[in-house]
Amino acid sequence: MNLFSLFKRKSSAPVARERLQILLAHERIATGHSELLAKLQEEIIQVIARHIKIDRDKVHVKLDRGNDMSTLEIDVDLPSVMPLLPARG
Amino acid sequence: MAKVLVVTSGKGGVGKTTSTAALGAALAQNGANVVVVDFDVGLRNLDLVMGAERRVVYDLINVVQGDAKLAQALIRDKRIDNLSLLPASQTRDKDALTSEGVERVVNELKEKFDWVICDSPAGIEKGAMLAMRHADVAVVVTNPEVSSVRDSDRIIGMLDSKTAKAEKGERIEKHLLLTRYDPGRAARGEMLNVEDVLEILSIPLLGIIPESEEVLRASNLGSPVTLASPAGTAAKAYFDAARRLGGEKIDVVVPMERKGFLGRLFSRRVA
Repeated sequence: MNLFSLFKRKSSAPVARERLQILLAHERIATGHSELLAKLQEEIIQVIARHIKIDRDKVHVKLDRGNDMSTLEIDVDLPSVMPLLPARG
Repeated sequence: MAKVLVVTSGKGGVGKTTSTAALGAALAQNGANVVVVDFDVGLRNLDLVMGAERRVVYDLINVVQGDAKLAQALIRDKRIDNLSLLPASQTRDKDALTSEGVERVVNELKEKFDWVICDSPAGIEKGAMLAMRHADVAVVVTNPEVSSVRDSDRIIGMLDSKTAKAEKGERIEKHLLLTRYDPGRAARGEMLNVEDVLEILSIPLLGIIPESEEVLRASNLGSPVTLASPAGTAAKAYFDAARRLGGEKIDVVVPMERKGFLGRLFSRRVA
């Protein structure tokens, strides 16, 4: 440290670094979730389709992250007359 | 065994095309058979940086659509025999590229060359996806700047999920190329330094290219910097990076500010 450094502005790189670390921690979770949701949706469809004929587009999976509680909401539209598939052993 | 390498970044203007030309030329100067492929359909520039803009007859899209043979579209570099360019189309749009067509052309290129280097367009749309699709190795070009680092992080996520290798459950080899690095500003805490970027992105470092006048001079002249100023600091960093891609273990030297006593005194006074 020398005399001149007293007049210098505070360095900005540490601020950049901290902002990026916080932001990317959130963004990585968000993109990771979208993949998790896609996987969940696909597997849920497969399980239901084993027993009931359903429209793939009518299955909605939603994940809400709260501070105290998180919820996984699964919304499946079933046809009015359920064409049950024969049960398998 | 041929390797397909994608040079990508998410953000524009960080040095993808410059780095594609320099790494391609450096690998060729070391004796490998190299083709550089421009995937930036509609905004081609690799031809200009390579100094081949007046020799383009057919392009990637002509080959993908079967209007030209691969051999007709390839442009051999006038300075290095074993370096070729496959230009992008300037007039068509990116929808003219199909996944199957690109795969066929990449496979054909793999038979003729040791390295197939794909220069990705900026963004995360179709063109960028197709450029990374068949890659074995990715070079993520990043500037020590917040928006570039954020976009690189996003691209790394895509390399791990959207490439053909990733879909087969294999790992794609990823390397960080830090470009436009200003050692003085990093030392003064005005710019993210090498450790900051490495810690955030956590992929292995391929090289650090210092901010250099030689890079702009090289593109003015239409020559990869490793040919235009082979003894300069930027070219040396690219040569080392190319050797690391070839599997050699060479320590990365972090560029330092080189200044005499007077220079140091003055730079502090104006700061």
